[in-house]
Amino acid sequence: MSELAAPAPGSEARAARRERLRLLLRSPSFIIGSVVIGFWVSCAILGGRITPYDPIFDQTPDLSVSPSSEYWFGTDRLGRDVFSRVIAGSRDILLVAPLATVLATVFGTALGLITGYFRGIADDTMSRVIDAVLAIPLIVLAVTVVASLGSRSVWSVTVVIAIVFSPIIARTVRAAVLGEVQLDYVEAARLRGERSPYVMFVEVLPNVMPPILVEATIRLGYAIFAVATLTFIGFGLQPPSADWAVQIADNYPFLSEQWWTVLFPALAISSLVVAVNLVSDSLQQVLER
Amino acid sequence: MFATAQLLPGNVGRSVLGRDAPEEAVAEYNREHGTDRPAVVQYVDWLDSAVQGDLGESLAQTGVPVWDIVEPALVNSLKLAAFAFVLFVPLGILGGVLAGLRVGRPTDRAITVVGLSLAVIPEIVTGLVLILVFAIWLGWLPVTAQWEPGAGPLTQVKYLTLPAVALVIVLFGYIARITRAGVVEALDADYTRTAYLKGLPHSTVIRRHVLRNALMPTIAVIATQTGYLVGGLVAIEYLFNYQGIGLMVLQAAEQKDFTLLTAGVVIVGTGFLLVTLVADILFALINPRIRYGTAE
Repeated sequence: MSELAAPAPGSEARAARRERLRLLLRSPSFIIGSVVIGFWVSCAILGGRITPYDPIFDQTPDLSVSPSSEYWFGTDRLGRDVFSRVIAGSRDILLVAPLATVLATVFGTALGLITGYFRGIADDTMSRVIDAVLAIPLIVLAVTVVASLGSRSVWSVTVVIAIVFSPIIARTVRAAVLGEVQLDYVEAARLRGERSPYVMFVEVLPNVMPPILVEATIRLGYAIFAVATLTFIGFGLQPPSADWAVQIADNYPFLSEQWWTVLFPALAISSLVVAVNLVSDSLQQVLER
Repeated sequence: MFATAQLLPGNVGRSVLGRDAPEEAVAEYNREHGTDRPAVVQYVDWLDSAVQGDLGESLAQTGVPVWDIVEPALVNSLKLAAFAFVLFVPLGILGGVLAGLRVGRPTDRAITVVGLSLAVIPEIVTGLVLILVFAIWLGWLPVTAQWEPGAGPLTQVKYLTLPAVALVIVLFGYIARITRAGVVEALDADYTRTAYLKGLPHSTVIRRHVLRNALMPTIAVIATQTGYLVGGLVAIEYLFNYQGIGLMVLQAAEQKDFTLLTAGVVIVGTGFLLVTLVADILFALINPRIRYGTAE
């Protein structure tokens, strides 16, 4: 009976996967996006080891110098090299945003599977709660929760973003699951006497993976957006982190005298979110055709 | 909403008075403000007053009714939001229609790629770049959004231009994308071919057949984008130091002013729901195929 459960013979599925990968690798936006993300990830991993100056402690005697051959991006008013800080500044956001996204995806997927599979009262209740959460703009909700928790650690930012994103992901997964449970293979598994958790996670889940993957990459872009915004308004990452948004918040009052301390981290954030968006866009085109 | 603002803080008196305040002072404070009662009692009490239009008094600015702080901030935010709205809706639709009519050509690709890239860049970043270029380097527009008291409407518009444009840049991409998709679909539809075969001129077909149908999904997206607009106000008001509801929520959160914070969050949430409701009604009015209540 087990052959009945398999949605497609193994070799065919593998061929389809290879075809998708080939399409992805031919998409210029996917390549550009991946290269930029790869660049920032390696900067995050290597951090202070590859920068010309220490991003946090090294204070050169030159305060607020404009960009030159010695300091490519200039120095800030404490004499820290902006180029070094921009390179090292990718670390915290590349830790918090993906972690929050993964948490939200796992939780949201479980929630979406359960509501989509069982429907009924569980679904109705959950959907109302999700509607209520989604009625408040992300930033307002996050500010409220962070203020209430009283702590502004890396963890609270991660958890807040994960909590806010879970219902959004759950909604997408639920929609995908609703389409799947009508299909014969689910009925076959049920008739075979499989228990609900098995059907949900072993039978349905693999078939709704493409939309989940796309949704996760889209959320990653928004997570970076949210972390940067929260940090800038003082409710996210805190100094002495060399995070880009911390740098912007720190130097923004002095924008008119030393534009380079703000512009370069701002460009760095932009390059990262645009790269993530390019990747999610091309994934969407390939997986959801 | 009340739950997030009220159940999480633990001890309000402790939060307001600080970590080093003596235990008795904290207990005294909580008794005075009624924050020592069970959360459910507080909630019922708050709800009871709120529906009668009484949002309580600010905790940080003692004795000042919350509404007195909320009202001017709300007016300011509405001005900024309205300004951004009248800019991004027509621009987004125009961009989408242009891209849709030239699908696959350079104009289309430029609008789509630029629009979507700008849409994912945080508004603080776009706002900063705008300030840098137009306020500091070129000196055309003011750095902050807060005008002098008693400034005329034109001066206010001048002060609001940069923050509004920053919001427009973020919102433009999605409107354009959905409109473009609608136009592409409508151009491909049977009724469009029929219209051409009837011998109608190109401009009439575009106006009466393509655009009418293409703009349906756009309305739904404008509603959700207006919701994002409300969220974007927080960051933009902070960046431009503009006394709106977003900045008020931030300051309330900063000062642990929970009555003010709750009021702010409830107002923002209500505004969001109202926008969605209006969009749903509009959608049903425009599209005769959707009639709520009789369907299914």
